[in-house]
Formats: sequence, structure tokens, C-alpha cells
Amino acid sequence: MLYDAADIDVAVIGAGHAGCEAGLACARLNKKTIIFTMSVDTIAMMPCNPNIGGTSKGHLVREIDALGGEMGKNIDKAYIQSKMLNQAKGPAVHSLRAQADKIKYTNEMTQVIQNTPNLLVKQQEVTQILVENNKVVGIKTNTGAVYNAKAVIIAAGTYIKSRVLIGECIEHIGPNGLKSANTISLEELGIEIRRFKTGTPARVDGRTVNIDEMEPQYGDENITPFSFSNTKEDISRKQIKCYLTYTNELTHQIIRDNLDRSPMYSGVIEGIGPRYCPSIEDKVVRFADKERHQVFIEPEGEQTQEMYVQGMSSSLPEEVQIKMLRSIKGLSNVELVRTGYAIEYDCINPIQLTHSLELKNISGLFSAGQINGSSGYEEAAAQGLIAGINAALKIDNKEPLIIDRSEGYIGVLIDDLVTKGTKEPYRMLTSRAEYRLLLRQDNADMRLTKKGYDIGLVSESAYNAFVQKKKSIETEIKRLQKVYLGTSETVQNILLQKNSTPLKSGISLFELLKRPELEYNDFNEVNDKRPELTPEIIEQIQIELKYEGYIKRQLIQVEQFKKLEKKLIPTDLDYNDVYSLRLEAKQKLEQLRPISIGQASRISGVSPADVSMLLIYLEQLKRGKNNVRNRG
Amino acid sequence: MKYDDTIVAISTPVGTGGIGIIRVSGSEAINIVNKSCDKNLLKVESHTINYGHILDDERAVIDEVLIMLMKAPKTFTRENIVEINCHGGVIVLNKVLMQIIKNGARLAENGEFTKRAFLNGRIDLSQVEAVMDIIEAKTELSLTQAINQLDGKLSHKIKMYQQELLEIIAKIEVSIDYPEYDEDLSVRFEADVKRLCSNLKVLLQTADTGQIIRDGVKAVIIGEPNVGKSSLLNILLEQNKAIVTDVAGTTRDSIEVYFNIEGVPFILFDTAGIRDTVDTVEKIGVMRSKQLVEQADLVIMVMDSQKKVSNNEKDILQSIKDKKVIYVQNKIDLGQSNILSDDDIQISTVTGDGIEKLKQVMKDTVMNKGISIEGSISNIRQKQALVNAIQSLDKAYAAIKISMPEDLIVIDLHESYGHLGMIIGETLKEEIINELFEKFCLGK
Repeated sequence: MLYDAADIDVAVIGAGHAGCEAGLACARLNKKTIIFTMSVDTIAMMPCNPNIGGTSKGHLVREIDALGGEMGKNIDKAYIQSKMLNQAKGPAVHSLRAQADKIKYTNEMTQVIQNTPNLLVKQQEVTQILVENNKVVGIKTNTGAVYNAKAVIIAAGTYIKSRVLIGECIEHIGPNGLKSANTISLEELGIEIRRFKTGTPARVDGRTVNIDEMEPQYGDENITPFSFSNTKEDISRKQIKCYLTYTNELTHQIIRDNLDRSPMYSGVIEGIGPRYCPSIEDKVVRFADKERHQVFIEPEGEQTQEMYVQGMSSSLPEEVQIKMLRSIKGLSNVELVRTGYAIEYDCINPIQLTHSLELKNISGLFSAGQINGSSGYEEAAAQGLIAGINAALKIDNKEPLIIDRSEGYIGVLIDDLVTKGTKEPYRMLTSRAEYRLLLRQDNADMRLTKKGYDIGLVSESAYNAFVQKKKSIETEIKRLQKVYLGTSETVQNILLQKNSTPLKSGISLFELLKRPELEYNDFNEVNDKRPELTPEIIEQIQIELKYEGYIKRQLIQVEQFKKLEKKLIPTDLDYNDVYSLRLEAKQKLEQLRPISIGQASRISGVSPADVSMLLIYLEQLKRGKNNVRNRG
Repeated sequence: MKYDDTIVAISTPVGTGGIGIIRVSGSEAINIVNKSCDKNLLKVESHTINYGHILDDERAVIDEVLIMLMKAPKTFTRENIVEINCHGGVIVLNKVLMQIIKNGARLAENGEFTKRAFLNGRIDLSQVEAVMDIIEAKTELSLTQAINQLDGKLSHKIKMYQQELLEIIAKIEVSIDYPEYDEDLSVRFEADVKRLCSNLKVLLQTADTGQIIRDGVKAVIIGEPNVGKSSLLNILLEQNKAIVTDVAGTTRDSIEVYFNIEGVPFILFDTAGIRDTVDTVEKIGVMRSKQLVEQADLVIMVMDSQKKVSNNEKDILQSIKDKKVIYVQNKIDLGQSNILSDDDIQISTVTGDGIEKLKQVMKDTVMNKGISIEGSISNIRQKQALVNAIQSLDKAYAAIKISMPEDLIVIDLHESYGHLGMIIGETLKEEIINELFEKFCLGK
């Protein structure tokens, strides 16, 4: 029996990392929102690795935070080790990564969600998305409840028609033994579906791990919080250790001997797996000449003995997994708590989405996270936030929030997905960002806080703090241009100590600090009128000075890029009217319907000549439709 | 992709005399030409003609020129335009063009001036069709053809260098995106960059000496008087929008004709038809032909199909026996041919019969029979890409020297890769991601 449950603004399907951000964003923007989940015990669950951040993913979390999302704040509450990766490299690729206490992470997020006004969470399985005249009108659940909703956000992760494989043992379940969603049908809404695959390694009992035989891995002493609203003092705590060990020839032999029992190699798995997250089977086969592979042992939390075995993702039969793990130094007596597995699932082809993450053909239906073909908690959360914001903006009849490729990794992520699609689960990489030097984790607030504030997700006080920080940076850079240093003995001595060439004549501190070997604080003695500045502010100043040349070059490129993004293409354009487009280009353009010349030029199969033709056609349109002759 | 940077091209009209015009358009046009000449153009009025010289990097004179300067918006493209009237022949014209490119302009695509004129609202809709046709023509010249035009060895070389560069980039990217990767990849890419850079410089030098860089396949039409050499030249000319240039400084009675057959560039040399004086023509003709034949890649020997092979022709045949030769029997409209061999092409310059076949054979001879047109890297566009690739590598090397972090060094390496890609028509991005996962064992 069906019953009318309620009229709401937004229904969010799924309470994973995408669903949580989406639900919170909508509720905080005053939309009556319900998050539906298979299990209220597993809100913001981390079914794979126990960490948040890492290269490019750390950037995403900082951006989520700058926009007013929750992930950064939550990991600051639940972290047990924190590390800034790539510190020996340039500032653009410094990347923050934290080990999470998984249970705490879930509990903290659950509390936030259950204490947010306008937001409810319900343990019900959504079995149907209701659409009328290409417009979403609500959802139906397994218990017969019908909710009328103005917008629906699919954040179903890897649960739709999922199948878990451990050797010959195949079950139609979701991650971590949870129920899979087998009733809901996206195909019946005309949505094109893909089949992807991913996997996770075993969790082992910490009491059976001999940590004395492994290399300990420590966190940073001087930590950086993920959230711009926290200081390191706010979240300072005792950190746990992780451990490093290696596979060996015996491990590889065990794997090779049992390859025929791996679903990946016996052809049982049809889904496409990610190249960047290969199973240990894959590594041993594809990189046969490598004598050993790294294995990181990472605690899953403080309230559990479970440890994650990073590097050993596998779908081999359980007894083979046990055998191969026990061949590794430090794991000879190891007991499994959870067996590693591969999982296959349905996801949608993301080129069916607009940049606001709304389905092009169904008004009000949004989609975010792994269901869009991405992979990773951070990628999911970023999309969830954007989908949530845009669902709320749509209900208010406002322009959507679109972060472009020059403004954030979020923009790169979404533009890649909706423009190029993806043939495997999509992972963020810093090398995907063409303006990497501008999209640093340290300046995510400079890039995005204003946008978050304008939408209404960043609080007045957080925004004021940001404005103050920005002003301090600008003022100090101007002041440094006027601080002239002569060739005094003090100055020359400082330079000598830092192995820097002595001065021949006077120079501004602004110019001098461009030398890579010199730091702002080296000159405190002769820079006595300096204001009181936080380390974050000094960092910003140093980056701006030292990398000025490169930054300027990227800014010029961004200017070019923006010009093309601003040349808009009408969404109802009939590509048959555009003279002389090549067939492939025409098909791609019709399928994708790019919003701008910039987006069109990034579609594979659309050549510069095709773009020229489009530009000319648009100019013709501009000058008067009547004069356009159809030469198609 | 850029739509409003400063572009340059030779815009010499077809079939005119010794003056060649180079047109520069874009916001930087005046600055760029100013860098290349001895006249201060920043101080001259718009729409004036100025006398001066175009100088190379060492400030030596390349050519004596007249410079027409027109400031936006009252110009053809509504951008700043500078037109340089040169006096030299094609070689000098190309040198001037290269200099302008070195100083920051980009070689224009076909029809790009007109395209800009249209997009900037300068020309009206009735003219737009012509613009589209030009762009379309370019589209049709497929990528494979463009690559085929490259000499096999050369394109192989560039691909090899590009691959080397890709490997360096991939190492850096892996070390950035996978900081825990268990090998130190950043070890010695300084030496790699240096070696690559000097290799590319060697390549460019060969280009400069003219060994590699030329404008096409040098072909010479030879034969006795009155076999129809000039008529053949004219008919090829009519059909192929050829550019005819008198070569300055030489005898003025040889003609170079530039034209393409399906993308393969030819320079056709002809001495006949210019001065058909009766007396000494035979001897001079043969002598001049002999000189040209020596330098030619391809010889087109024209004979009268109605006559037997003369002694003079036998001499000529003897003298070209080491060359790639296409034998042409003309005047088949007058009757049965006096066939020398089955390979002869039979044509009539009166009816046009056989001309298509001849063109096909000319093209095929170049593509299949091993006439090296290393020449096509020749083409200014490719040389420019090579110059740019080297500049970027130089910058990367300088950055390495002052210990800039890898993620900044790699910016220049990416650029260099992109420039090399323009020579052989490949782009980066996905390549790099693929290389990452292909060559390195990455993942959690």
C-alpha cells in the first residue's frame, strides 16, 4: 500500500559522503530536506581506506570547506594522524592527508546531520524516482511512502545492482555486507547506465600484526587543519602510527598460482576497474619485474583492533588472501576480520549531466558521487556539495553555482566528468588540473570563500575572518615593496648565513624575498615595522613573491580560457545548421550540448576547425537569424 | 586554442612580381614588428607607410622594406595590423616571417584574417561563405596526410624526442601524485632535459642550413623547345592556385611556381616561355635546365608524342639517368603516341587529358618512391613549433638550475611537449595520464 508521506523540497538518496554534503547544503539553504539511507548506522561510512585527503583529494576537501561544506570540519574532529605530503615540492602540490577514526567519523557526521534544522534522515530504501513530463516530482520508498519533492539528488554510491566477489563466492550485496539496491531503475527514466568495478583489501586484527617487524610511519608534528575555521591548537592531539611492510617473491608466487581463481582474471567480472587502484593481482601481473610492493598497515580507529592493509586490494578467494597476507613480513600470524573483495555496480554515464550536476533530460533530478562514475570519498563529497547547492538554487529560481577549471579542483572534476565522461572510476589527480599552480590547497579560501558566502553557506564570522586575512596579505605585500634594504652588515650577514649572494646595492624586501633560499622571517631583524602576521598569511605572501613569474603566466592562460568559457552556445542549437561540421563532431556536440565554446573545444572528437565553424555560426546567429542560410 | 593572439602570414597575391607582403594582425602586432625592425614604429601615426629594415637577432639586415601600419579599429580585422612589403624572393620572405614569429606572433591558419574580420564584425554575411570554405578545405586535409608529408626519419625523430619528454614528465607527475611511490624518480632529470634540449637544437640547426627546411619538392620541367613545357606549366598553374614568384637577384627569367597536389607541396622550376628568342634558345635552354636538374628532386621530362626521340633528347635522357624522372608524352590530341615505355604519361595540354594522371603520379612518386621531402618540416609552422619547444625546454632547464620545485619545472615541460605535438599532430593531457598508469605501479 502506498501512502502520502510528506511534501518536501529535496529528497537525497544515500547518506554517504555525497549524500551528507548534499543534504546539509540543502537544509542549510533553508530547504526542507530528507536523506534516505539503507542504514542509519552507516552515515558517512568509509567502506574502503581509512583516510581523507592525499594528493589532489586534500585540495578537494579544502575547497569543500571554503564553500561551506562539512567534510573538512568532520575529519578535523575524527583524525588520528595528519600529514602534509609533498612538502619537498612546490606549494601547489603540498597535499594534506589524515588518517581517520572511521567510527568517530561516522558518529560525528551523524550528530551534525541529526542536529541540522530542516534536515531529517530516514532508514528507507528509495525504490522509484517519480518523474512527470521530464520533471522530477518525488520518490517512492520500500515501505510504501510517497514523498513529493521539488528536487531529488541521487547519491547512491555503489549500491545499485551491486555484486560482491571474493574468489568463487559471489553475492548480490552492497559494500561492507550491506543491502544492495535492486528495485530502483534508472534505465526506466531513460538514463544510460555503465557497469564499473572497484575493490578493497582485507581488514586484519591488530593483535595479530607484529608491528616490531615493520617500519613505523608518523604524522607531522606541526599539523595543518583541513578546515579554514580551525587552528592547529583547536584540534591538536596525540597521533597514532601507521606501519610499512612489503610483499615478497613468495607472496607473488601464491598470487600467480591462484590467478585462475580471481574473478578479474577468470572473466567473471565485466565491470571496468580503475587503473590507478589496481588489485594486488593486477600489480603482480602487470609489473612482473617488481620484486616487492609496498604494504601500509593503517589502524581503522581507536575503538577497534581492525587495521587496513593498503596495497593489497584483492578479489582472490579467502584462503588465498590469508595465505598471501601471511607470507608478508610482520603478518605471518595474521587473522582476517573482513575479507578483501571486488565490487561491481551500476553507475550513470556522466555526460548526461550539466555542470550543475542536474540530468539534462530530467528537470530537478541531480546526481552526485560514485554513481556518476567517480571514485573516492572526497570526489563524492565535492559533487554532493555542488549538487546540493544547485538543487537549492534551482528551487529558488537562481543561477546555478558552477566552479570552472581555473577556480578549483571541484571545477576540473565536474567538467571532466560531464564533458569527457569516463571509462573507469574517475580519480582526481593534480596532473588533471591545467592551472595547478593557482589551485593550491593553501589558497582554497581565497578562491572560493566569497562564493560560499554569497550562496549562504559560509557564516558571517567565517567570512569576516577571511576578508581580514585577505586584506592583511595585500597590505603586507604593498608594504614590502617599500621596505628598502641597504648593503648594511646586518643584511649581508643574514644573506651569508642563508648561502645567498650578498647585495651590491639597495633593494626592496619584496624583490629580495623572491630568492628561493630566503624566507620572510629571516629578515625580522631589519624588518622591524612588520605587523603581527599568522604563519598562514606569511605563507601566502611568500608564495606570491617567489612564484610570481609562473603565477602570472598561468593567469594569462586563465584569461584566455575564460574568454572561451564566456562565449555561450544556445542549448537548443540545431547542429545540422552549422555548416561543415565533421560528422563525428556533430554527433558529439548533439549528444553533449556544451554550454560554451570553451566546453565544446574540450570534447574529444571536436577539432579546432569545428570550433571555428561554430564560432562563425554563432556570429551569424548574433547578426540576425533570418540571414542564416542552412547549408548543412 | 587561442582566438585573439597576434597572427602573421605571407599574403602575397598570386602571380605578381618581386614584392611580397607579410601581414601581422592582433593587439601585439605593432610591438612585435617593432622588435624586428630599425624604425621606431611605436611613434608613427596610424595608416602610414614607413621605410625601414627588418633585422635578425644579431641586428643584421634581412630585407629592406616598407611598413604599413594601421591601428585598430579601422582595419580589415578591426585589430592592429602591420603589413611589411618585402623585396626579396621567397627565401627572404620566409626569413622575415620567421623573425616576426620569433618575436611573438603565431603563424595564421588558412583564412584566419578573414575569419577574424568576420568575427569582429568587419565583413558582412555575404562574405562568410568564403571564410567557411577556406576552413573546410583545411579540415579535409586530414591529419594522416599532414603526417605523411613529414619525412619518415624526421617525424620518427620528433616522436622519439616527444616520447623522451613524456617519460620525464610522467616521472615528475608520478612523484607528485604518488608521493609514497617507492622509487626516487626525480633523480636525474636535469641531465635528461639538457640532452633533449641540445638534440632539438641540432635538429633546428639542420633546418636553418636549408638541409631540412625547404618549401616543397623541387621539380623541374625539361624538354626540347616546342614540346609544350610552358603549356604544361600553365595548365598546372590554372588548376592549382599556384603562387608565381620571380626570384630577385637571379636572372629574372627563371620562374618558381609553388603549388600543392593534395597536400604535397611542390616548387616547379621553369625556364621556358620567358624569352622564346629563336637563335640561342636551344643551347641556353639545355644549359639552364642542366643546372636546375642538378638541384632538383624530381624531373618532368616532356616530349612530343608525335616525334621520334631526337639526339638532343637522348643527351638529356643520359644526363638525368640518376634522377627521379617522370616521362610525359604531350600532344596526344594530334594522334597516336610514339610510346617510349608503358610508364610514360600521355597528356594533352590542349584538351587537358592526362593532367590529373600526371598530378597523381607526381604525388605518388613523392609519397611512395622515396623522394625525401624532409622539406615539410620545412614548413614555417613546424619550424616555429620546434623553436617554441626549445624555448620551453630552455626555461625548464633554467628553473632546474635555480632549484625550482618539480611542479613548476613541469609547467615548461608540458609546454614543450605541446609544441612538439603540433609538428606531428598529437596533443598531451590523456597521454600523460595514460603514461602514468602504463609505466608505474600505482595505487592503494
